[in-house]
Amino acid sequence: MAVGLFTRNILRIIRNIRLGHAIDRSDRKSDRWKHMARLALGQSKMTVRPIAGLLHIIVYVGFVVINIELLEIILDGFLGTHRVLAPYLGSAYDVLISVFEVFALLVIVAVTLFWLRRNALRISRFWKPEMKGWPKKDADYILYIELVLMFLFLTMNASDFWLQQYSQDASYVQAGRFPVSSWITPLFDGMQVSSVILVERIAWWMHIIGIFAFLNYLYYSKHLHILLAFPNTFYANLNPLGRFSHSETVANEVKLMLDPSADPYATPSPTSEPSTFGAADVTDLHRVQLLNAYSCTECGRCTDECPANQTGKKLSPRKIMMDTRDRLESVGKLLNKGLPIDDNTLLDNYVSREELWACTTCNACVEACPISIDPLSIIMDMRQYLVMEQSSAPTELNAMMTNIENNGAPWPFNQQDRLKWSKE
Amino acid sequence: MAEWNQAGKSPEVLFWVGCAGSFDDRSKKITKAFVELLQRANVSFAVLGPEESCSGDPAKRAGNEFLFQMQASTNIKTLNRYSVKKIVTACPHCFNTIKNEYPQLGGTYEVLHHTQFLNHLVEEGRLEIDENTYKGKKITFHDPCYLGRANNEYNAPRSLITKLKAELVEMKSCKEKGLCCGAGGAQMFKDAEKGNKEVNIERTEQALDTNTEVIAAGCPFCNTMLHDGVKNKEKESKVAVMDVAQLLAQTESL
Repeated sequence: MAVGLFTRNILRIIRNIRLGHAIDRSDRKSDRWKHMARLALGQSKMTVRPIAGLLHIIVYVGFVVINIELLEIILDGFLGTHRVLAPYLGSAYDVLISVFEVFALLVIVAVTLFWLRRNALRISRFWKPEMKGWPKKDADYILYIELVLMFLFLTMNASDFWLQQYSQDASYVQAGRFPVSSWITPLFDGMQVSSVILVERIAWWMHIIGIFAFLNYLYYSKHLHILLAFPNTFYANLNPLGRFSHSETVANEVKLMLDPSADPYATPSPTSEPSTFGAADVTDLHRVQLLNAYSCTECGRCTDECPANQTGKKLSPRKIMMDTRDRLESVGKLLNKGLPIDDNTLLDNYVSREELWACTTCNACVEACPISIDPLSIIMDMRQYLVMEQSSAPTELNAMMTNIENNGAPWPFNQQDRLKWSKE
Repeated sequence: MAEWNQAGKSPEVLFWVGCAGSFDDRSKKITKAFVELLQRANVSFAVLGPEESCSGDPAKRAGNEFLFQMQASTNIKTLNRYSVKKIVTACPHCFNTIKNEYPQLGGTYEVLHHTQFLNHLVEEGRLEIDENTYKGKKITFHDPCYLGRANNEYNAPRSLITKLKAELVEMKSCKEKGLCCGAGGAQMFKDAEKGNKEVNIERTEQALDTNTEVIAAGCPFCNTMLHDGVKNKEKESKVAVMDVAQLLAQTESL
C-alpha cells in the first residue's frame, strides 16, 4: 500500500512537471552523466561549505548504507527468520553490521548537529521570512524522523543481540557484531525474555513502518531532493551561465522586420514555443524549471549568496523556487479534483514585481546551488513577461531602452560620437 | 574598420569599445589605457566607431528580448560584412553577449575579454610588463559576474596582477563566490529596490577589509560602482579603483 501511494504521488509529480513546456536537454549525454555523478552522487558542491557538507555526506552515506540492511530486514519479515543473510556472508556479515551501526551513530551525531545549527545557532539562512510555518516544521520533522529511525535500528539490534545470548530459541542466530548497540544491550538485563522479544518486534515493525511512512512523506516535503537531485542534475543547464535563454519566436519576428524581401504574410513556421513571451504562471515555464522547484531542499545557499538579499532587498532566490512549487502544487490539486486552473498566477499572487526587479542577474544563486537549480531563469522569464506582454518595466529602464532604440546606447548620446574618445 | 576594409586589409583583432567605453568619462580612460597597450604591443586593431551599437545586454537582462535581438542582428550584420573573426572588449557584458548569445543569431566569433587578450600578449612576449611600479603593493581583484561565474574566467586578470609583482589579496567573497557590484541585470540604469544597504557599498567594504591599496576591476560598470563605493567611504585618497588595463598602462609612464 505504501508503495502504491508513493507511486501515485510520483505520477502526480510527473504530470505536474509536464504542465510546463518541453525543452530539449537530450544533448551531451556523457557530460550529463558526469555532471550527475559529480554533483548528486559525489556531492561535490556540498563541500563548498565544509561543515554542512561533511555532515550532509555522513547522513547521505549513512542513509544509503543502512538501506542495504533494510533488504535483510524485509526478507526476515517475509521468511519469519532472523538475520537470514548471516550464514551466506560469514565474517563479512559481522563487518557489514558493524559498519551499519557506526554509521547509525554518526547519523545521530550529524542530525543532532544539524538541529543545533538550525535551532540553537539559528544560522540566518534558516530563519528568512520564507521559512516560516510549514518549511520550518518540515525541516525539523525530517531531522526528528531520521533520529527516531536510527534509534529504532539500534534498539532492534541491541535487543536482538540480547536475545542471541539469553534466549533458548535457536532461531536467534548468533551473528553480527554490535559495536554501538552492545552499549544499549545491558539495559535489557533483568527483563523477561518475552518482553525483550516484544521490544525487538516493536523496534523492527516501527523501523519498517517508519521507512515506508517516510517514503510517502517525501512528496509533501523538501526532502524529495534525495530522489530528484539525480534527474535534476542530469537535466541541468550545461551552457555557460552567461548565456540566457534564446527565443526563436522573437528571432523570426526580428528577421521579418530587418529583411525587406521577407513576405510578412507568409504562414509562420510552426514552432513548439508558446505564444506568450516570458512567464506569468507555472504553465509558461519549461519542465526543467518545474523539476527544479520539486528538487529544491530549501537549504538557502542561493539566498545566502544573493547580493540583493544580502543588502536587505525582498528578493530571495529560494523563495522563487518555493513559490514555484507551491503554485504548481495548487494547480495540481485542482487537476486532481478535475477542476480547471484558477485565475491566480505565479507572478503577483506568489512572486512580487519588487522581488523580480531587484535581481542583478549575477548568477551567484545558480552557482551556489549544490544540485544545479536555476532560480535566475525563472526570474528572467517573468521579467520578460512584464516587459514584453505588459510593458511594465520600471520607468528608468524604459528610458534606458528608448535610448538603445533611438541612439544605440543606454544613455542619450549620439551614435556618431562613438569615436570622440580617440580625439580627446 | 571601414578604413581597413577600403584598403583591402584586415586587422589582427576588432576592439569592441562598448557604450561605457565610448561615452562614460571614467570608462573612456580604460579604453585609452587599453589602446595604449595594444599600440605598445604592435597589435593591428580596428574599431567600428559610429557603426558600433549597444550589444543589447541591458535590454536582454531587463527582459526585452525583442530589442536585444534587434541590436544583436544589426551588430551581427555589421560584423559579418567586415568578416570579423576575432573580437576583444574591455566590457564583460559585451564580451558575454557577443560570445554566448550572438551565435544563435548567426554571429560566431572568437571573443576575448581584454584581460585574456593582454595575458596572451604578455605570455607571447609581445607586451612587456614593468615590474617596479606595483612591486609588493597590495592589489585586490573584483570579479565581474559576467567574466567570472558567467564565463569561468578567474585566472587571466589575476595572472596579470601577479606579473606586476604586486601582492594579490583576495576579498571574503571571490572567484565563484564573488559578490556582484550591484550594476548587472540593467540595475546600472535604475534605482535599487528598498533594502538596508546598496550592493556596491557592501562590496566596497569587503574590498577595504583587505587593506588593499588598489581595487582592480575588469568591467567599466564595476569600476564605476566601486569608485562610488570608495568615495562614499571617503577613502579616495588612500585606495584607488583601476581597471587591470590601467594598471598595466600606468606602469611605465609613472
